[in-house]
Amino acid sequence: MKKTVFFGALTAAGLAAGMASAATLDDVKARGSLNCGVTTGLVGFAAPNAEGEWEGFDVGVCRAVAAAIFGDPTAVEFVPTTGQTRFTALASGEIDLLARNTTWTMSRDVDLKFEFVGVNYYDGQGFLVPKALGVTSATELDGATVCIQTGTTTELNLADYFRVNGITYEPVPIETNAEGQQQYLAGACDVYTTDASGLAATRATFENPNDHVLLPEIISKEPLGPLVRHGDNEWGDIARWTLNALITAEELGVTSENIEELAATPGNNPEVNRLLGTEGELGAMLGLEADWAKNAIMAGGNYGELFDNNIGESTSIALARGLNAQWTDGGLLYSPPFR
Amino acid sequence: MSDTPVTYVRKEMLGQKAPPTSEVGPVRWVRENLFSSPMNAILTILSLYVVYVVVSHVGPWLVNGIWDADSLTECREIIAATGDGHHSAACFGVISARWHQLVFGYYPSELYWRPVLALVVFLVGIAPVMFPSLPRKLYIVTMAAPLLCFWLLWGGSIWLPIAIALGFAVGVVAHKLLDTHVSSLAAIIGAIVLPLIYWLYICGPLAGGLASIIPLGIEFVPSRSFGGFMLSIVIGLSAIVISLPLGILLALARRSDLFIIKTCAVVFIEVIRGIPLIVWLFTAQLLLNYFLPPGSSFDLTLRVIIMVTLFAAAYIAEVIRGGLAALPKGQYEGADSLGLNYWQSMQLIVLPQALKISIPGIVNTFIGLFKDTTLVVFIGLFDPLGIASAIRATTEWNGIYWELFLFIGIMFFISCFSMGRYSLYLEKKLQREHR
Repeated sequence: MKKTVFFGALTAAGLAAGMASAATLDDVKARGSLNCGVTTGLVGFAAPNAEGEWEGFDVGVCRAVAAAIFGDPTAVEFVPTTGQTRFTALASGEIDLLARNTTWTMSRDVDLKFEFVGVNYYDGQGFLVPKALGVTSATELDGATVCIQTGTTTELNLADYFRVNGITYEPVPIETNAEGQQQYLAGACDVYTTDASGLAATRATFENPNDHVLLPEIISKEPLGPLVRHGDNEWGDIARWTLNALITAEELGVTSENIEELAATPGNNPEVNRLLGTEGELGAMLGLEADWAKNAIMAGGNYGELFDNNIGESTSIALARGLNAQWTDGGLLYSPPFR
Repeated sequence: MSDTPVTYVRKEMLGQKAPPTSEVGPVRWVRENLFSSPMNAILTILSLYVVYVVVSHVGPWLVNGIWDADSLTECREIIAATGDGHHSAACFGVISARWHQLVFGYYPSELYWRPVLALVVFLVGIAPVMFPSLPRKLYIVTMAAPLLCFWLLWGGSIWLPIAIALGFAVGVVAHKLLDTHVSSLAAIIGAIVLPLIYWLYICGPLAGGLASIIPLGIEFVPSRSFGGFMLSIVIGLSAIVISLPLGILLALARRSDLFIIKTCAVVFIEVIRGIPLIVWLFTAQLLLNYFLPPGSSFDLTLRVIIMVTLFAAAYIAEVIRGGLAALPKGQYEGADSLGLNYWQSMQLIVLPQALKISIPGIVNTFIGLFKDTTLVVFIGLFDPLGIASAIRATTEWNGIYWELFLFIGIMFFISCFSMGRYSLYLEKKLQREHR
């Protein structure tokens, strides 16, 4: 009965509040599923499909963490959060992990008492303009009307960028991305600006995507990553190293196709062996099974596979790897070694 | 006088002629209503032109609508293939592909019969209340309906609703025993306190125990799976059904002579009414979480239902207070002079009249409340608008707007319009003054 829970909980609140955050892993294991905070819907990153199954790039991170803990990528409860509710949901313990394309900033990390466990997508603010405008660089946008979401970091970035370059603009405030698309298509603004991944997804939905171009300038750093609460480092380690395992797997050429074969017997590459648990005790250090990383990678593939299946060039969003390539390919993905 | 017939005098009556065409039928109507003066003629022509423009744009869009496409891209290909490149067409494929989500949210598709059956149970339960001509026996369904609907929607063990229902039995038994053996005041207190104690401390373990002895139940569906119109209807109807009695009590309390009761009612109503619903929803979503220990999950949908109910109750209380105030003082005095006590006079004389006066206001509040349920989208629940954005967030349907909004609008219109019609029916039926 819910009332019992409610009043019992109220009386226990004082006692429990201090210590409950100490062992998230135990709570998750006792519950039998991971509560993972996602967006209420962002193309390519998280959205329920026609059967109500959540899909997307951020969802892949949730599933990997669940698979690392339980060996079962479906042991996840997805909790949709909005921009306003996401941090409270995490701080209050409603969710264990927030994978909601959240920008890693100092104030969020330090002041809001969260711990970003890594970056799963390096984004940045870009500009979308109609080709007919004949603009090839953002510096030529003097006097343009710009559609911009209010109350976001993009608004501040835009003001900074135009001030530094000594040019002016006229903002057209919008509330949501959906509104932004409509306003831009209706010609209410010359330029639409938001995160470049969002612009690419938006452009892909246009009737004639080729009539619109993304300008080359990226005017801000938006490292998006999953985060957990302060105060439970063991739990943070699990999330961090699950993400690292996905990145390392791509670097080492471990894919969802060859992983069974590689994990069956210890091979020649000791780091692959350590990653897949055929050598060493890395899983036990995290308090997980030896094949935790294998399960995490099998959930949706390694980082590269997740990227390609959800937002990569084969999808309609068609994002290039860019900054999100492995460091060996000139990108920024650089996982610490599994040793 | 001569015999010559007077030829210029008519001997027989002329048959009735049809009135001039300009004075009857459609022509007269058009003349009188549309072209009665030059100004009106201009306005009519202008309006006709506006109607033509709207219909000529929206009509083909609706009629050419494509119902069998699996994605927006496919839809656009079909349009491009059939048309000359200029004509527009709605892409209703999104409705045929996702209507079940707009209606049921993420409820398991093999269990759709449960919310449907719950709605039927609700309608049967409310029928004798709404239409007094129906047999009184249906009140049995009315009493069982809330718990039956609860069980059908959420599922789980059947023993929980039964154990909750037992609480009411506890209250009735306590009232009877205490009334005969102690006093009527003790009976009222006992009828309130004992069931509460039962629900808080005995109900849960009892249901658990019974469930472990005889596991009987249907599949449990978490609130998180609720969405679409089902969520709106669950929140809206629960709030409507609970807020009406709560509102009546609050209105009576506010007009009470007892200082503490009156002050409590005034403070409650003013505080709830003075703060926007969205703030209360954020309170339900965010603040309550801080009071509860991490990990305990007091169901979000229940929290929202409670908040919306309290919010609606405050408004209903004020509407009914208006009805009470509109009643002539003689009615109260008449009731007193008959020797009726407070509850009798309220039940038999005052409230029936006050509620009748308040019907338009009450239904107005309910319609507003039902539409306000869309505000839950801001706390991450999937009401129809939330589902619409989630549908747009898939690669297949990103970039589709009007078709979804149109569907949602029509569904809301049907619900709200029927509520409005019912209120008119009720007003006519209860009209006593001019008979």
